[in-house]
Amino acid sequence: MLEKKKSFKTTISAMVGIAFILALVVLLENLSALLPNVPAIFQPTSQLFTVLKKGAVYSLVAVSMNLLNGFTGLFSLGQAGFMLLGAYTYAIFTVPMAAKDQVYYLYGGSAVKFSVTDLFQSFLGTGAASLICTVLVGLILAGLVAALFAALIGLPVLRLKSDYLAIATLGFAEILRAIFQWQTLGPVTNGANMIKSFPTFSDFNIENAQGVVTLRLSTLVPFVVVALCIVLIVLLINSSYGRAFKAIRDDEIAAEAMGVSLFKHKMMSFITSSFFAGVGGALFAMYVSNAQAKVFTSAMTYEILLIVVIGGIGSISGSVIGTFLYVACSEWWLRFLDAETYIGSFKVPLLRSGFRMVVFSVVIMIIVLFFSRGIMGDKELSFKGIGGLLSKCKKKKSAPAEEEGTV
Amino acid sequence: MQQLLSLEYIVSILLSGISLGGQLALIAIGYTMVYGILRLINFAHGDVFMVAGLLGIYITAAVPIYIAIPIVILITVALGFFIERAAYKPLRSAPRMSVMISAIGVSYLLQNTATYVTGGQPMTYPTIQLLNKTVNIAGTPIKLVVLLTPVLVLLLIVLLTQIINRTKIGMAMRAVSKDFETSRLMGIKVNTVISVTFVIGSALAAVGSILYFSTYPGITPTAGAMPGLKAFVAAVFGGIGSIPGAVIGAFLIGICETIIKGLPSAWDVSVFSDAFTFALLIIILTCKPTGLFGEKATDKV
Repeated sequence: MLEKKKSFKTTISAMVGIAFILALVVLLENLSALLPNVPAIFQPTSQLFTVLKKGAVYSLVAVSMNLLNGFTGLFSLGQAGFMLLGAYTYAIFTVPMAAKDQVYYLYGGSAVKFSVTDLFQSFLGTGAASLICTVLVGLILAGLVAALFAALIGLPVLRLKSDYLAIATLGFAEILRAIFQWQTLGPVTNGANMIKSFPTFSDFNIENAQGVVTLRLSTLVPFVVVALCIVLIVLLINSSYGRAFKAIRDDEIAAEAMGVSLFKHKMMSFITSSFFAGVGGALFAMYVSNAQAKVFTSAMTYEILLIVVIGGIGSISGSVIGTFLYVACSEWWLRFLDAETYIGSFKVPLLRSGFRMVVFSVVIMIIVLFFSRGIMGDKELSFKGIGGLLSKCKKKKSAPAEEEGTV
Repeated sequence: MQQLLSLEYIVSILLSGISLGGQLALIAIGYTMVYGILRLINFAHGDVFMVAGLLGIYITAAVPIYIAIPIVILITVALGFFIERAAYKPLRSAPRMSVMISAIGVSYLLQNTATYVTGGQPMTYPTIQLLNKTVNIAGTPIKLVVLLTPVLVLLLIVLLTQIINRTKIGMAMRAVSKDFETSRLMGIKVNTVISVTFVIGSALAAVGSILYFSTYPGITPTAGAMPGLKAFVAAVFGGIGSIPGAVIGAFLIGICETIIKGLPSAWDVSVFSDAFTFALLIIILTCKPTGLFGEKATDKV
């Protein structure tokens, strides 16, 4: 009974937290419309919104990778491959029929004579309802295709042990990247060229008749989708399946002896993770407004892996915090390191293009070597945890802050 | 089709395949030795190879080539030694996954540093007169580097197997790769053995970089990643931990890749020259996970 009450309380607090974040995002984005003289940081072109959008997209991928690496102990490096599948599925099926000839002009039109966009527009009109349906169906399709490929590749690959699994999934992602750049598949994938003209985040901004944006929702959309996906992942982790995943992570042999079916649960974790990586890939395509195979390199997977490590392997909230920190540092806060700076007539040494990433990777190495638990370790963020931490700071007492397990 | 079957074409494809294979073999040995001892996929090895290439460019600009080559090898060795001490040694007792993450971090750091130093511009490897001479074989002009690579690779491998089988440090290496803990109890200085492994691996990668970049002279900060991964696949193919296995795997991958690249452009398959390597990897891992000459390891409960 007590257990139930507690979980009810954490559910409510998580929902309040998410609602608060979403409201904050809407407010931030529309601040420039509400108040006449806002600082440049709140203008719609500010880096802040780039960071928020990219951070939301990456946090979903990071959480999906954490589900696999941190909760199931499967060291997979195929995330970029599944993102690629998601991005291309979304792009191929949502480019409107009218735009297809122009996008695929090198191949004389697309081989896919079907578009989700036109399907919904035919009976919902061109309004918001059809846009929402198109994007939803597109995202789900993206996830399903990624999950299907995960099921196929999982059969042989999941029998492999730790580092062999890593290199096999990495190889799989590289194979996918080659296939999607193959000229022969051009009528479907547009070869090595990018696919464009599909619905993106900025299509969600509400405009009035004059074409002036009245309500900006382009940052809210990724946040809503990502929040929904992460809630689903958290529910899975807290279910009996999630406990089986953790048992496999902690000791495979003991878990098997306890009657946990290794293959079934590994497969389930792999497919779920790939599904959300696929959705993440589709969101990424929406964020950059194009789908192109050459960006989904193994370097992207490494980037996401490093995010997971920074946030803490085995912590969902850690992954999310880690992502926003990582994206903010790499896209925004460390930018000054790339600019040649003069103090008076003195030129600050070393500062020039590229220095940002050097500093950044040194910081990452320090985290990996000396703070291998990352920001959150395997704990989760909770109101009680924050409260405990605050009172600890106030009292300067060394009483350990008790942290409870939910977002 | 006529052109495909001509003797000149076949000879030139085969020779450049063997040459590429030899270059990959030099990198693959570094992977397989480190994996044999530390059970670590040293993701940074490909980037050490790339750094050796960049060093080659900068040092040959300052001093004559015959002085530059030993300096390049020395600095690369120092880099490999330093990476091991700084990034892998502190994690000796940590889970294997952490060490691998550390290796990925090092790779990220090396690539970003290379981008910073070169300013992101692709660099061109200097032409080494001796290696770029051409000779005629079966009516085809062949660069000397293509002929020299397999010979040099074989020499180095013979030397390496002699070191491993005949010397005290070689015996220590074999012992550590069999059982880490027990060899430590037997009084082997495990850290020294690991350092020597990294030194040998880096030296071979440096030699490999000179040969490889003489054939493919463009160097970008990510130029090491692909050859590195291919060399790793070669090591897995041959059975990881086995030096002859890695060499055979590397030659096979080198030859197959050049053949795929050499197929007529109408078939449009050259985009798969990299993907082929990974397909081979997945096939070998599912059919014979221990590779050609690998030993089967069983986990004790």
